[in-house]
Amino acid sequence: MLKRRLIPKLQMKSSRFGGQMVLVTTVQFDKVIEVGDPISQAKIYQAQAADELVFLDLDATPQNRKPMAEVIRKAAEEIFMPITIGGGVTTVEDFRVMQQNGADKVSINTAAVENPRLITDASERFGAQCVVVSIDFRQDADGTYYVWTRGGKQKTALNPVVWAAECERLGAGEILLTSIDRDGTRGGLDVEITRRVAESVSIPVIAAGGCGVAMDFVDGFLQGKADAVSAGTFFCFQDQNPMQTRAHINNAGIPIRLHT
Amino acid sequence: MTTVHLVDTDVNNLLSICNALEMAGADLRICRTPAELDDAERIVLPGVGAYRDCIGGLRNGGFVPILNNLVLEKRLPIIGICVGMQMMARRSLEMGEYEGLGWFEADVVRLTPVSSDGSPLRVPQIGWNSTSYRAGEPLFAGLPPEPDLYYVHSYHLQCDDAADVAATCEYGMAVTASVRKGNIAATQFHPEKSQDFGLRILENFLRWKP
Repeated sequence: MLKRRLIPKLQMKSSRFGGQMVLVTTVQFDKVIEVGDPISQAKIYQAQAADELVFLDLDATPQNRKPMAEVIRKAAEEIFMPITIGGGVTTVEDFRVMQQNGADKVSINTAAVENPRLITDASERFGAQCVVVSIDFRQDADGTYYVWTRGGKQKTALNPVVWAAECERLGAGEILLTSIDRDGTRGGLDVEITRRVAESVSIPVIAAGGCGVAMDFVDGFLQGKADAVSAGTFFCFQDQNPMQTRAHINNAGIPIRLHT
Repeated sequence: MTTVHLVDTDVNNLLSICNALEMAGADLRICRTPAELDDAERIVLPGVGAYRDCIGGLRNGGFVPILNNLVLEKRLPIIGICVGMQMMARRSLEMGEYEGLGWFEADVVRLTPVSSDGSPLRVPQIGWNSTSYRAGEPLFAGLPPEPDLYYVHSYHLQCDDAADVAATCEYGMAVTASVRKGNIAATQFHPEKSQDFGLRILENFLRWKP
């Protein structure tokens, strides 16, 4: 039976001291806290048998540069699980470079909104399985959901459910759906919108933003109908690790990989 | 160290498979031209992405005659991975119809998984799935029953002869996870992405004497 997936998310920024890539957590895409070295943390997740890893370079789009291929290249030397990288990818050539450096999947967000053709071009060149469209959303005061780009700085007119379906039509292989409002708050996933997106597409949906306790993962799978749940803050700061979280999920009757 | 020749048709992301094979103890030779395969003893045929590009790379690169010779005549051990496995079939129906190497009497067909309540399941299949293998299969030696292995694919091999199927996984249908006929083995899942179990499968391949 196909298992649901636990995906630690490694968000990176250039360090304020020295410029190398550091692992950070954010709250509502703001309030950055530097927490360590992304490669060391990735190795820990490998030891804890995470199902996949997502690396996001938060500075790449704002600084108008390509994502840090070196980090992925180093990670790929010792990490034998699927790796997704995102942040700053704007061309098919960027996909190729990321793949050559060991990425299995490449996530696009701002570029997908600003140039939807990229989804199709990359999908035709590398296969749909390589193309993850990352969708960041916020809820307005009146409850309406909107897609935001540029690291949560730019509001668009897109509705996340409609946009996700459009991404699938254009050739995306997976959706990474993140609630900006809940990012880093540990208040739980937005299971309502997750479910609506999951029901509107036939490609896998990864829910992210807000996991604070193991039960939040269970809610994301059962109520949100997510295929995978991704979390950054949850795994970075707590005494929780993927193995313990997995046991909670398994106890709730959800098919999940128990350690090998 | 076991010498392994890996076919590089310049359309693949080879870094992960190379890293994993080296971790498993391989002395790797990356072959970008058919001539580099001349002294091969053991071959890896990887493949990621579109079938058309992968098989086109193999044909246009002139790899087909030497592979046929090494695999069918000299009977060297070979493992195909993902689209590498699919290229071993007679043909693929991915976005058209493409002729494969024809080492297995099989077509590469799109997954049509249906859940127990009758609704279609998501394609591609992405993730870890428990995999049932035939007793005595050399690549699976030393693994527990039903190991979870990593899959990411929309197509699989539909074999004419069930005897060619070495392993399957259940995804709203029986999905062909691995095939083997004599010295020719292949996996739909990604051993290089399947952590400890995957590395074990690659180690088994390095030791395999068909």
